[in-house]
Amino acid sequence: MSLQLENISLSVDGQRHIHATSLTLEKSTMNVLLGPTLSGKTSLMRLMAGLDMPTSGRILWNGKDVTKTRVQDRDIAMVYQQFINYPSMSVYENIASPLRIMRKSQNEIDKAVKKSADLMKLGPYLHRKPLELSGGQQQRCALARALVKESGLVLLDEPLANLDYKLREELRAEIPKIFAESGAIFVYATTEPEEALLLGGNTATLHQGTITQFNKTNQVYHQPQDTITAKTFSNPPMNFLKLTKEGSSITLGDKAHINSETKSLDIDKGSTDRHELTTVDHFKHLPDGDYIAGFRSNHLELHRHNPQSIAFTTTLDITEITGSETFLHMNYDNDHWVGLVHGVHDLALGEKLEVFLDPSHIYTFGLDGNIVASASYAKGI
Amino acid sequence: MAKITLSNLAHSYSKNPASPSDFALKTIDHVWEDGSAYALLGPSGCGKSTLLNIISGLLAPSQGKVLFDDNDVTNASTSERNIAQVFQFPVVYDTMTVRQNLAFPLKNRKLGAAYIDARVKDVANMIGMQDFLNDKASGLTADAKQKISLGRGIVREDVNAILFDEPLTVIDPQMKWELRTQLKALHQQLGHTMIYVTHDQTEALTFADKVVVMSEGEVVQVGTPTELFERPAHTFVGFFIGSPGMNVLPATVVGSKAMIGNHEIQLNFTYEQLSGTIEMGIRPEYIKLSNEPSGLAIKIDRVEDVGHHKIVRARHALDDRSLDINVIVKEGLEITDDMQYLVFERDKINIYADQWLQDGKAAI
Repeated sequence: MSLQLENISLSVDGQRHIHATSLTLEKSTMNVLLGPTLSGKTSLMRLMAGLDMPTSGRILWNGKDVTKTRVQDRDIAMVYQQFINYPSMSVYENIASPLRIMRKSQNEIDKAVKKSADLMKLGPYLHRKPLELSGGQQQRCALARALVKESGLVLLDEPLANLDYKLREELRAEIPKIFAESGAIFVYATTEPEEALLLGGNTATLHQGTITQFNKTNQVYHQPQDTITAKTFSNPPMNFLKLTKEGSSITLGDKAHINSETKSLDIDKGSTDRHELTTVDHFKHLPDGDYIAGFRSNHLELHRHNPQSIAFTTTLDITEITGSETFLHMNYDNDHWVGLVHGVHDLALGEKLEVFLDPSHIYTFGLDGNIVASASYAKGI
Repeated sequence: MAKITLSNLAHSYSKNPASPSDFALKTIDHVWEDGSAYALLGPSGCGKSTLLNIISGLLAPSQGKVLFDDNDVTNASTSERNIAQVFQFPVVYDTMTVRQNLAFPLKNRKLGAAYIDARVKDVANMIGMQDFLNDKASGLTADAKQKISLGRGIVREDVNAILFDEPLTVIDPQMKWELRTQLKALHQQLGHTMIYVTHDQTEALTFADKVVVMSEGEVVQVGTPTELFERPAHTFVGFFIGSPGMNVLPATVVGSKAMIGNHEIQLNFTYEQLSGTIEMGIRPEYIKLSNEPSGLAIKIDRVEDVGHHKIVRARHALDDRSLDINVIVKEGLEITDDMQYLVFERDKINIYADQWLQDGKAAI
């Protein structure tokens, strides 16, 4: 089983919604489409479903061209953000409805409905009407209906977005289990990086109608190929600053300065604070020039854990405390940085704050945004 | 600005409420201190919107009083209460410019043109929209529109309080960061009494000085984010806050020892004569995976890599059933096959009887 998009594009009223895209999804895979609102997730799903015709390109299902096949004749099921159920039918009949259309026997229907309902923990509610269920149960009912057909392709368009935070957490943990049992190709659209990580599988990051990267989810997260993918797959946002290499010296921002010849690091030029820098492997092979350095918020630290860590003197604007972690909003050289540190920290706002960064966590991008050297900590992942 | 007092307040949507379950809001006494930032946190149907509507005057309570400072406003209309509100969906006039939208609440109050002009500029600066004042609102993105809604919420300086009803629900995660920090900065600058309703724990905890947690029409705990995290007063708070929430395990407690099945755990406190259903609460953050057989024996079902940490889904066999236990492991820590035991951080263990937190005496 496989779904192949061959150079498909979509234009509506002369506007490009999806740029030429090729993508192959294999059987028994969970595939996340990750991107902000209007990045093309829903458009791409509608093309996969056959709800819209691509302007150019072909769609193959198990090698067969299905570009012009009607949605009813395709082997798919779809679940939307807004839960859709038949309000006048019982939960049982809602789940059974696709099988009734397929004219399955009552015996088969009964078995399939019960199996699907059990999986979605709806067993006790089969006689109820959807509106007598909680929001989470209503969406489970829609999910059960999508699963009961045992379609080869299951499309889930932000299925948890309208649910409470805690319900989302619960269903998120269940979806990978359901998926593992089904063997179908799952496609799951979301705006949330954390959701993509929890679902695992593969992730395609979307930006303005283009897939910027497609690979194993943790691969895309740990080794983004460009700044756009890195931004799309970061929450809190990735921090960026200028990196300049000149001979044996590397300057970060306008202040932090690494000298790879003397293996020392100057902080805030003129300061006497110097630190040994023994390995800067992923900087060593860079040609001279200007780059963009990027690093994730959780890699900033309040204490120096590694002697090689680079110190930055920032101004602390705001802290947000979640009870177990503290978000730091800082200003560094007129850039806004976010730090995520473990524990609760009561720090003075508006004051100088020194934060530390292990250089192995720095991604180096070219000025065109493409990756030049991945962070060395992520290489083994 | 005002202190808001809820006195013996309750509400039922049915005319003749017979049982406690007929009340969407059970009896509550609470004071919202002047100038503080509060979050009202709970799942759908917990009564938080009912409470907000009573404070704003959209709903008259079936019992009790609402006071703004010392004035009884229980029967006062929304406009008489002089409050500002920001809703889930941006409320902006598409045909107006950003400037006209921000000026609207001031024009309605017939304030002078020079004052309005200066005030609108100030607010536009605070919400980072100063460069878009002459743009039509219709062309703006959802998050820019919500910024204008926020701006309209704060443009009047004389309001008693600002109420927010899930203001970030329709905003993309990356933009939530910007709006959230802006809100926080605004509170620091303005010092208004703010009440923020949400089901999202991150929004509640990061915004508020104090979080009011509600469940089934009742306030179950009022506390700082740290208090809610470290010492949940009720197992519901432990479950609802944290991601995943606190592990709640059936236990027997005698003196300063807790037993999970046959496994003994030494506690920092001594508990005397607990009655009811006894449970032990421990957050996933405070459990360590170990290869020491002195720990609680488990099997690992699944490991989820969430980037900056991993969530380990583990299972402990207890008699003929199994207990699910979540553990949070830091990025970079390798999970080896011999890690088949759990060790709990002693000073982070909470003991519950019939779901309510128990205070112990310091053990020797």
